Amino acid sequence: MTARSCAVVCEETAAGRVTAADTVNEAVGRAREVGAGRDGLNAFVWRDDADALSQAASLTDRLSDTKPGAMLGVPVAIKDNIATLTLPTTCGSRILEGYVSPYEATVVKKLRAAGAIPFGKTNMDEFAMGSSTEHSAYGPTKNPIAPDRVPGGSSGGSAVAVASGVVSIALGSETGGSVRQPAAFCGIVGVKPTYGRVSRFGLVAFASSLDQVGVFGATVDDAARGLGVIAGHDPMDSTSASIAVPDYTAGANVGLKGLVVGLPKEYFPASLDPEIRRRCDAAVDRLRALGATVKEVSLPHTDLAIPVYYIVAPAEASSNLARFDGVRYGFRLEGEGLRGMYEATRSTGFGPEVTRRILLGTYVLSAGYYDAYYRKAQQVRTLIADDFRRVFQSGVHVLFTPTTPTPAFPIGAISDPYEMYLSDIFTATANLAGVPAMSQPIGRIGGLPVGGQFLASHFDEARMFTAAYALERALGAEALA
Amino acid sequence: MTATATAPAATLDRWEMVVGLEVHVQLKTRTKIFCSCSADFGAAPNANTCPVCLALPGALPMLNERAVGLASRAALALNCVVQPVSIFARKNYFYPDLPKGYQISQFDKPLALDGWIEIGTRAVGAPIRIGITRVHMEEDAGKSIHDRFTGVTAIDLNRSGVPLIEIVSEPDIRSAEQAGAYLRVLKQILEYVDVSDVNMEEGSLRVDANVSARRRGETKLGTKTEVKNMNSFSGVERALEVEFARHVRVLEAGGSIEQQTMLWDGSAVRPARSKEGSHDYRYFPEPDLPPLILSPEWIEQVRKDLPELPAARRARFSTDYELGEYDVEVLTADPQLADYYESVARAHGEPKAAANWVMGEVMATLKTSGEDIARFRVRPADLASLLNLVRDGVVSHTAAKQIFGHMVATGDPPAQIAEREGLVKVDDDSQLSAWLDEVIAENPSEAERYRNGEKKLQGVLIGAVMKKSKGRADPRKLNQLLTARFAS
Repeated sequence: MTARSCAVVCEETAAGRVTAADTVNEAVGRAREVGAGRDGLNAFVWRDDADALSQAASLTDRLSDTKPGAMLGVPVAIKDNIATLTLPTTCGSRILEGYVSPYEATVVKKLRAAGAIPFGKTNMDEFAMGSSTEHSAYGPTKNPIAPDRVPGGSSGGSAVAVASGVVSIALGSETGGSVRQPAAFCGIVGVKPTYGRVSRFGLVAFASSLDQVGVFGATVDDAARGLGVIAGHDPMDSTSASIAVPDYTAGANVGLKGLVVGLPKEYFPASLDPEIRRRCDAAVDRLRALGATVKEVSLPHTDLAIPVYYIVAPAEASSNLARFDGVRYGFRLEGEGLRGMYEATRSTGFGPEVTRRILLGTYVLSAGYYDAYYRKAQQVRTLIADDFRRVFQSGVHVLFTPTTPTPAFPIGAISDPYEMYLSDIFTATANLAGVPAMSQPIGRIGGLPVGGQFLASHFDEARMFTAAYALERALGAEALA
Repeated sequence: MTATATAPAATLDRWEMVVGLEVHVQLKTRTKIFCSCSADFGAAPNANTCPVCLALPGALPMLNERAVGLASRAALALNCVVQPVSIFARKNYFYPDLPKGYQISQFDKPLALDGWIEIGTRAVGAPIRIGITRVHMEEDAGKSIHDRFTGVTAIDLNRSGVPLIEIVSEPDIRSAEQAGAYLRVLKQILEYVDVSDVNMEEGSLRVDANVSARRRGETKLGTKTEVKNMNSFSGVERALEVEFARHVRVLEAGGSIEQQTMLWDGSAVRPARSKEGSHDYRYFPEPDLPPLILSPEWIEQVRKDLPELPAARRARFSTDYELGEYDVEVLTADPQLADYYESVARAHGEPKAAANWVMGEVMATLKTSGEDIARFRVRPADLASLLNLVRDGVVSHTAAKQIFGHMVATGDPPAQIAEREGLVKVDDDSQLSAWLDEVIAENPSEAERYRNGEKKLQGVLIGAVMKKSKGRADPRKLNQLLTARFAS
């Protein structure tokens, strides 16, 4: 079951056939249905249904005197690491227990300006560190397709909010695959825009040079509309780019004649799950049939992405998370003196995975280790980005790969952190290189969704969406079978 | 452990002091360096704060362009090379008044490199030049207040994010006196280019000193200690003397200096409680800010916009106005005083007279009232008019001083005051003769002795007339009349 699409809700609300309150009520009903009981999916950590309804009502009141926005009356679920005014922003962490932001993230402001209604904060791996949404202070989230399995992560709650039909669009965030991997696991669409395409102002930082707000959609069109609203330069974020935002829905009915699709061989290793390979091959056949030219390419430094990622991201995280010190907001535990307060607050407030990465990051930035780890990792990161630049300069327009090496795994199945890290092996590269990428459903294995990934060159999301629209259309029901 | 006693002079003479200074200067911007909060002092605690300078989750820094302009201006005035690309970096450490848990600073790619200033001349003539290693931009931390509430520390984050530059000197300073001279010259240059209030008492200028000692003739540097917490230039000089003497005492006794931070308490140095020297700040490039890229054209424009610097102004005052070295030093000490003087000198046309008046009456008045010259009631044009009245013989020098007093009090133009107060010089023969007659009548014996050749009594007679005329009598004319009277 999916929520009514963004396009439909927007059109019907503008035409007065439904009210925003009707749509929000539907979402509330559905959220209660899938969230209730022992088998509840636990997609949301914070919701204020009355507030969402009152926002919907005021939207209807203003309808006559304003131009209808691109997301008029559309409820949007928001990951718990994006600052919202009335709902708490806790990053799935105990250390931000009770914290309500006094300011609003730029992306949320833009959503509201377009007529969307922020609908609940979604569960996540604590501080976006994880690939399963099991590592939240507020309990694990379950995959709606198979509730004994993880939804992926770290934006698992947002993926589930869409996949279970509560909303058609949700915001997530990516540092190393945290939108695309759960989109793949839950059988929906997930987009990670180019680094700098979307403002990070109000996104609680994990690794600033990798973080980017992403969008989940029930369909490619939902995702395209969602990204269209939140993209664009923001003076509050010095790393956001002043590059015009095209209409991502323009590619909705365009063929692929002339499109050159690259298949990077490193993403199709001999060890790849043959079922996943078969789904990918089928998708590639469709691309050819649509008129695209398909050729094998190479991104030779792909295998270094995970080691590089697990140096760069924890290093930045160790610094970004220093502000959670118990002094000004959030959780505080008193201890012996100032140092005791810091230690008590931080060792109790952060969970084990966050603690592990802070320690790792502190280590790689330490005097005497900086050159061997952090500097070296940044150099290798440049090589990974160069791989993409070379391929896109050679005339390739988009790349196609599997999104993940496996479908959703059972809750509790992976206890070794490194094994968990490998779940991002095909996705972390795009974050390191800063290029846009998206995942969409391309079939199922034993009932579990499989994701296919498109990647494009910097700020070329439009071409990526054109390919995704065409593949979605061509696969039709096969994408969900 | 404290160190106050000094070693015997003979012992100290065997050692050379080596000092490098790190000076933090607050830039004169309206808003903070990474957000639009006011950078003003004196607001209620935490009134000038926002999500960015409070380090709320998700907030990001935006660089204040005005701060970059002022920092570059300062760097160019210190003869530095402003770098086309500089990089902000995070300096990581935990402290309650450092809200992000890191300070945004610059590390291996600072704003400017390789400058110098001259701090005077050696006995044999060559100027003493102190190298400036680097100038970099950074944000200030907040303030921890330990004495306001019992048992707890309060945090005021108004200062968090106020823009600073750090000016790091080479270890070229060889005495406490040179350190003082360096600081005074630096302060003067920064005042001239108007980038900061440079007020040590208000904290807009802070100094940390790295000091070491080595045997005279030795070229290798000794182990240094960092001395902090000085709150005046003379405090810096005294702290250096004391710390240097401590080094010498330890080294003379065969000991070695431990690299550590020392705190000056106004009379002695003691080691800082925490071993700040052992901090690992884990610097890395600030990912929230792109590299700061400054075009050669932009840098050139900042250079062109630099006002005349103290050295150039001193040279010009000495050639254009033919003033002596002392007058030049005094008049150029403060750019506003120098501006004031120049306006008076130009309007009046006699630079030396203008200098005497500005250094005399004007500075004495300002010193007494504690007033700022920018707000001084007697504007340069009015002072020049007064000097013109003296030069043109309209008022006497004595009367001019009285007029000046009225100008300070009322702000009225000098001609009007001279008229109103009856201070216009009298050169009318009949009035002068009448006064002279009265004086001769009142002092018959002096008059007689003068007539008989006791010429030194001329002063007494003239003085008596001046007194009678309340200073208005024209002394030149009066002399002629007196001489004529007794010549007949």
